[in-house]
Parts: sequence; structure tokens; C-alpha cells
Amino acid sequence: MRIGVLALQGDFSEHLAMVAELGWRGVPVKEAADLVGLDGLVLPGGESTAQCLLLEASGLRCPITEELRDGLPALGTCAGLIMLSRTVIGGREDQWSFGVLDVAVRRNGFGRQVRSFEANLVVEGLVDVMRAVFIRAPVITEVGDKVEVLASVPYRFPDGTQVQVPVVVAEGSLVASSFHPELAGDPRLHELAFGRSVGRSIADIVSTLDEREERYVGSFQMGDDQTQEGRSG
Amino acid sequence: MAELNEGTARVKRGLAEMLRGGVIMDVVNAEQAKIAEDAGAVAVMALERVPADIRRDGGVARMSDPALIREIQETVTIPVMAKVRIGHFAEAQILEAMEVDYIDESEVLTPADESYHVDKWAFQVPFVCGATNLGEALRRIGEGAALIRSKGEAGTGNVVEAVRHLRSITSDLRAIAAASEQELYGWAKKLNAPYELVAEIHANGGHLPVPLFCAGGIATPADASLVMQLGAEANFVGSGIFKSGDPARRARAIVEATTHYQDPQTLIRVSENLGEAMVGIEMDALDQHLADRGW
Repeated sequence: MRIGVLALQGDFSEHLAMVAELGWRGVPVKEAADLVGLDGLVLPGGESTAQCLLLEASGLRCPITEELRDGLPALGTCAGLIMLSRTVIGGREDQWSFGVLDVAVRRNGFGRQVRSFEANLVVEGLVDVMRAVFIRAPVITEVGDKVEVLASVPYRFPDGTQVQVPVVVAEGSLVASSFHPELAGDPRLHELAFGRSVGRSIADIVSTLDEREERYVGSFQMGDDQTQEGRSG
Repeated sequence: MAELNEGTARVKRGLAEMLRGGVIMDVVNAEQAKIAEDAGAVAVMALERVPADIRRDGGVARMSDPALIREIQETVTIPVMAKVRIGHFAEAQILEAMEVDYIDESEVLTPADESYHVDKWAFQVPFVCGATNLGEALRRIGEGAALIRSKGEAGTGNVVEAVRHLRSITSDLRAIAAASEQELYGWAKKLNAPYELVAEIHANGGHLPVPLFCAGGIATPADASLVMQLGAEANFVGSGIFKSGDPARRARAIVEATTHYQDPQTLIRVSENLGEAMVGIEMDALDQHLADRGW
């Protein structure tokens, strides 16, 4: 399998590492020619405003839009989620998105960097928890009828009221998260996003994921140790 | 769901990872911040005077007026960074309370403490620090810096010092990767750096534990390409943009050059008819080397 990773700006090298770990060939995508023959595309984290400009300047906006509309499987994390979304709130006036995933997102909805956090997350279909790293993360404020919500976290409004907001969503050939599984070295969302495209059922994929469970548990504990350096919020 | 952990090392370094391949631009007012965001900056550094003006005016350079920083925060949607003087933790506390996204403990401002840098672990907001060599970088990381930038020589429009610093850092990183395990103690001694960080570099194949960006003297798209090819993962551009003839155009050109640093055709396209670059200063003509501040 050849999985493209949009490599204009952001943490694309972590995504390329996740793709390699799954035994797939990762292709950095910087121009339209790099899109040929891909089985999937990762839209990485980064700054969505800068990515918008670079996508247009590099002549990638139209070809990627077409590929996504034609059903190319894709995974978007953080800024990648914003790029896939139908509606972007709190962006620049001229901000555009590919508009293929039927959700509305609020940019930096969780707040500025001091509000960035990590947490253990239960994702539907995955046996073990996922260490989720949220960096100035977007909040999904609306989901369409055909969108599956695979995980949620509590969101506190300034007045203290709390609601559950979706943080992993799937629709058709698309999977997206508000956080960065790649920063914790966890490739399971990549496997969910692209494993489906070669005719494997979700049940098949989940059973392979179970076999790897032990390894992930190890890496989560390492992550927990690191958190002692900071404060708990 | 389990508890949410804020301010962890991974969360602090995480924002730096998201800025990779991008350009962080010095801005002195909301109007410049808007120009920077329009040009595709991944973040802005809010300050009262760009380094070239600090150099010209002299006197003590301090943290910017909070009102100025606030105005810039309200103008742009991208992360906003701001500078504190070396060792001035009270300025850092103010910036943290303002929810600035990154604090730059910077040699461009006049140092406030000649013995101690800020204890950066004590903060939830991440810090970036300058370094001229690997030992200095590791001492800053030991104090809690989540991002390292070359110091270069700010406000000169001359990239020579940034190149020297980047080459020095990456060359030592490669040597540590190739060293034997016994030699790591010698490296820690030679660099005056924490042994654990030296061992971490050896174990991970020669990578700094945090991202490495370039700062200090970038003035052209070709400069941006040069330092990216030398191992920088993103660029800070200060005086180089707003001291040039056509800041909006130059800003955008440096953004594209940082992304497509390996593609000479893009570099040709963005460099053509770019107008005047900032004039620039030769190192021998400098009265004061800002990079000598800090240790």
C-alpha cells in the first residue's frame, strides 16, 4: 500500500513514521505529481491557515479535492480534521476546507496552548485506551447523520457547564481526530483509516489491533511518566 | 474519562512539532501581525521593536507592553509568542497569565540575571531558547525548554552566525550518535550538559530531544532554504521581513521557500522581483554580539 502524507507544513514526519510502522510505503506529498497511485492520504497537524496557503501555492487544492470526492481514503488529525470539514468556525475570513466530512469544527476550540492537554481515551472498536495529545485543538460542534462518533471527551464552557464533544469521527472513506495519535506513536487510527480500503472488515482490523495491544500499553506508561514533569489539570 | 494532563513535556513540545516546516515572524503591531498571517506564518512573535531597531536604539530592551501583545492576540488566529529577558521569571509569569502560546527567553532583550536562566519546568506554557552550540542547547532543555532555535546574530540580516550555530549543533549531534557508550560521559563533560540528555541523543540516532529551529539573520528565500538544508526544522524571521522593501511579498516568499527548500524552481519563482532585502551588517562592523548573551 502507498499512503501519501501531505508534507507542506506540520508534523508530517511523525505520520510517515506511523505509516512505515504498519509496513506501508509512505509518500511525502508536496506537489500534484506525488498523488499518483496513492491508496490513502494523511492530512497532518500543523497550522491550517498556513496549510491552506501552501496547498493553493503548490497546486494541490484542486487535485486533492477531486481525489477525496472520488473516495480516496483519508485520515486527518487536528489541522487535518479542519481541512476535511464541511464548516470551519473561528477561522480566517478567507479560510477554505475540502468540505468532504460532514462536521462543523471550531478552530482552537479547546483554547490556547496553556489549555492543551493529553489524556487516555476510549475509542470505539479499540480494546485498549489511546493516549490522545490535544494541541490548541479544534472542537467538533456539529456532526451530520452519516457521521459515526468513535470517541468523545468532556468540554467545559466558561460558565462551568459540561458537554461531551466528539474527538474521533468516521464517515465513508474518512477518519478524523481533533488530537494527535501520532505524537504518542500510536498508529491504530491509521490502520482503521486505511485498513478498510483493501476490503478488510472492521472486525478483522480490530483483531490485529488486539494482538498489538501489549506494546501500546507499554508506550502509554512511558507517556504517563512524562506527565509528572508537568502539572495535572 | 481519565484526568486531563496539561503542561506535560509532550504537550509543550507538541506545539513546536506543529510549527515545523513553517515560518514564525517578528511583528511590532496588529497590522504587521495580519500581514504575517496573510502570508502564511505559522506563528507570530509579538515585540515592541524588531532586533534591528533594538540594535540601533540601544538602551535596555524589555518584555513588550501587555496591551500590544493582547491586541495582536485578538487580531490573529495563529499562535502568538512573546519574549522575556534571560532569567526574568516575573515577565514570564505575566506572559503565562496572558495565555501567550510560547515564551522566548531571548538574548535579543537585555539579560535580567547573569547567573540563572528561568526555571522553565515551573511553567505550563512552553519556552523556546536560543543556542550557539549543543552544550548550550542541552542546558536549556535541562531547564525545561521545549524548543531550541539557533541564536544567529539577530537584527543583522546576515545569516553567517545562524549557519555557524546550526553546523556546530548538528555536527555534534552526529558525533554523539556515532560515539561509543563510554564516550558519552566525556561528551557530557565536554559540553557541560546533562548526561541523560547526551545518552538520549545517542539512543535516538542523533536527534535533539526537542525540535531545532533557525533564527537570527534570515533575509531571503535562499537563506531559508540554506538553513533548512542544514537541519533546521522551521524558521524564525525577525527584521528580515519588515525591514525589507515589500514585507508582504517577502514574507510569503520565505514561507514558500521554507516548505519547498529542496526545489530550486520554487526558489527561483519566489525570489524573482522581490524588491529590496534589508541592508544587513557585517559581523566585524558590530559593536555588540547579542549571541554572547546567555551561556
